[in-house]
Amino acid sequence: MRVINFAQGDFLMLSMYVAFYLTTGYGILAFLGPYAGPIIAAFLAGPVVFAVGWVAHRFIVSRVTGVGAAASEGAGAYGQIIVTLGLSLILQNGGLILLGSTPTGIRTPLSRSSWEIGPILLNQARVVSFLVAVALVIAVYLFLGRTRAGKGLRAAADNSTAATYMGIDVDRAHRVAWSLGVGITAVAGGLLASSQSFQPYVGFDFVIVMYAGVVLGGLGSILGAFWGGLLIGIVQQMSTLVLPYQLQNTAIFVVFLLIVFLRPLGLFGKLSERT
Amino acid sequence: MKISTARQGWAILAVAVLVLLLSLLIRSAYYQLVLTQLLLWAVLSLAWNILCGYSGYFSFGHAAFWGLGAYTVALGMIHFDLTPWLGIPLAAIVGGLAGAVIGFPTFRLRGHYFALAMLAYPLATLYVFQWLGYQEISLPMKREAPVLYMQFADPRAYVVLALGLLVAALVVSLRVENSRFGKALLAIKQNEPAAEAAGIDTWRWKMRAITLSGALAGMAGGLYAVLLLVVTPESVFGMLVSAQPLILALFGGIGSLWGPLIGAVVLVPLAEGLNGELGDVLPGIQGVVYGAAIIAIILCAPEGVYWRLRDRFAKPRVEPRTTAKPAPALTIAPEARKVSGADLLVLRNIGISFGGLRALDSIDLVVGAGSLHGIIGPNGAGKTTLFNVVNGFLTPDAGSVSFAGAPLAGLRPNQVCRRGIGRTFQVVRAFPRMTVLENVIVGAFVGARDDIAAEQMARVALDRVGLADRAAAVAGGLTTRELRLMELARALAPQPRLILLDETLAGLGHDDLAGILGVIRQVRDEGVTVLIIEHTMQAMVQLVDEFSVLDHGRLIAAGRPDEIVRDRRVIEAYLGRRWMDRVADTVA
Repeated sequence: MRVINFAQGDFLMLSMYVAFYLTTGYGILAFLGPYAGPIIAAFLAGPVVFAVGWVAHRFIVSRVTGVGAAASEGAGAYGQIIVTLGLSLILQNGGLILLGSTPTGIRTPLSRSSWEIGPILLNQARVVSFLVAVALVIAVYLFLGRTRAGKGLRAAADNSTAATYMGIDVDRAHRVAWSLGVGITAVAGGLLASSQSFQPYVGFDFVIVMYAGVVLGGLGSILGAFWGGLLIGIVQQMSTLVLPYQLQNTAIFVVFLLIVFLRPLGLFGKLSERT
Repeated sequence: MKISTARQGWAILAVAVLVLLLSLLIRSAYYQLVLTQLLLWAVLSLAWNILCGYSGYFSFGHAAFWGLGAYTVALGMIHFDLTPWLGIPLAAIVGGLAGAVIGFPTFRLRGHYFALAMLAYPLATLYVFQWLGYQEISLPMKREAPVLYMQFADPRAYVVLALGLLVAALVVSLRVENSRFGKALLAIKQNEPAAEAAGIDTWRWKMRAITLSGALAGMAGGLYAVLLLVVTPESVFGMLVSAQPLILALFGGIGSLWGPLIGAVVLVPLAEGLNGELGDVLPGIQGVVYGAAIIAIILCAPEGVYWRLRDRFAKPRVEPRTTAKPAPALTIAPEARKVSGADLLVLRNIGISFGGLRALDSIDLVVGAGSLHGIIGPNGAGKTTLFNVVNGFLTPDAGSVSFAGAPLAGLRPNQVCRRGIGRTFQVVRAFPRMTVLENVIVGAFVGARDDIAAEQMARVALDRVGLADRAAAVAGGLTTRELRLMELARALAPQPRLILLDETLAGLGHDDLAGILGVIRQVRDEGVTVLIIEHTMQAMVQLVDEFSVLDHGRLIAAGRPDEIVRDRRVIEAYLGRRWMDRVADTVA
């Protein structure tokens, strides 16, 4: 939808906390056991965070995106980035006020144990997260590529004016795309919560990885985002072999800048603009 | 139009006096500190505004300059015993250099890509400084010579220092706003290709803007280090530092002199005050304040407080008719007078492809000096592509273009414009928020020694096209005819030898058409060579001396109008083969 959401990482953070409170805080899910509990919690975090995201979109973001905003000039074109930046600041710092700055994490037997495959140790919680993530990617890919609603979304993103003439409700498409994005992020956050510790500012680390991945793949390309994200993850991890640990994120930025300069449309991006 | 420079100057003085009075009244050292921070954030925001407000290139990374400035001062003092009195100017140099180094590659990008790339710089630097072991460095106390090292017991001294920077930043902004620098940046913001084609070296102005912006930001960052005495990577390169100038400027009014200051005056005391009162109970309250403020302003008054207030209270300014109009005696530069007979523009074997599409294929075209040459062809024939090749927007895969005997290969559009080729666009590319006169002045900069000469040339050009009485109107509200004429005037203002007119006649009614045809003929009669694109045959037959017909990227015919209308290939291209067969007898 050509909407850049600065707050994406903070929705991720939010869902980590929701998953955390669902599993540990109130013990609602305790009866599901230590294995299924966190995963169910991750999927339950989805709707909760989705609701927050929906409210944010309905009352704030929708007013600077969609058909009306497409034609605006100057700061108008940046309205949506700036609004999501504001959302991000509120979520981060609101989180700090309400949740405190102590890092927390969900401890499950899965996050402590590993499978051994030859010389490789695989953390079980991470493997489960990975499998669920792959399933989600396939689901989204099929939705956007095969269903009527998905095609409508892509049309609305590609050329919102033309899509309007073809009878596609572009504002609705924006709403659906936003909700989908936030919902998926929330599930991802819920899953991550059991394999790493987090605090209210954690979102930002992910935003950087996310943008680098998406830009690498080409903005607006689903497959591109998947491969781009994977590649950036590998760069991040591999960089520690040659660079000091602190420069891990610098490596990401360097790759990010290289992509932007050498191939601004990304690996999978297509030129659609006409002069 | 803008309020006069003198009045703005007095207003800056008034602000300075007000701040000084305020600092005398405030007792609490804490609020003195808040006041100093307010001034410094206002400077950063003004620095941001010079680049982003005027040129429209958004930066999410001004913390890079701020942080480098802060570390320059701090490290200079620790390692080289360098006093901040020299360290802060050095910080400005470092900031300016950083601006140039960052701008050089990054200006290849536009829009969101530019904004995102800018975000990466301070964050990448942040980790580098952490890795270098500068997690937390403190400025050494110099008890033996505090004044020499800018360490004052009285917090008001810092207010005065910060105020000095603010006044400097305001004066610089004012100078930028009222010069061709500011006009060039505004033109870039409103329509970059048009600015480039009008002879503005967009690259150079953008580089100047980011260098100046970086220098101001670095300077402010340097004083910030002196003020707080402790520098950490997070506090100077962090996301909030990058977000703050943007939020202040947007809140106050982007692209205005006073906007960043208004933003700082409202938001900094609010955020810092709440942080001071409630910081221990509600950590991060500043971020919430800034976040809420920016969302509120984008939703309620996206243009910012300054513009909203101005629209409400400023009297609708009536531009006084300029009675002392400069005599339009200097109509044509002597060298632009007829060089008749010689070939002015020569295209040899030009070819260009987009992917598999051969847009232009071995085009040979010669335009004689002083002629009125028309290029016609159906939609998609490659007419505009041809213009884009001539004026430098596109580089041909093959062939050469030469103008007045010199090759144009490798020149950028603004350089082509400097050589004496003006152009208009198929879809009018105006600077919608400028007046007609300002639009044309932007075009005149190329040929003018100074701003006064530029205005004079612009008025002459407006006279030539008969639009002088609309000089003060805002371009956004013009009719199609007026827009076409304004664009023509903009192309004519620097007194080019050749102008390229891209479908200047499209979308005009019958009466308007006659008027514009008259203007174009008159321009030719004054000695300017005209190359015009159209796809309607009728108007062109009346107008041009010579025709070239383009179809599917090839020149299929050339000659005098009466020959062309009887040419078989032309009729076929226009009306199709079946029509051709039907009228075959009459055409012969």
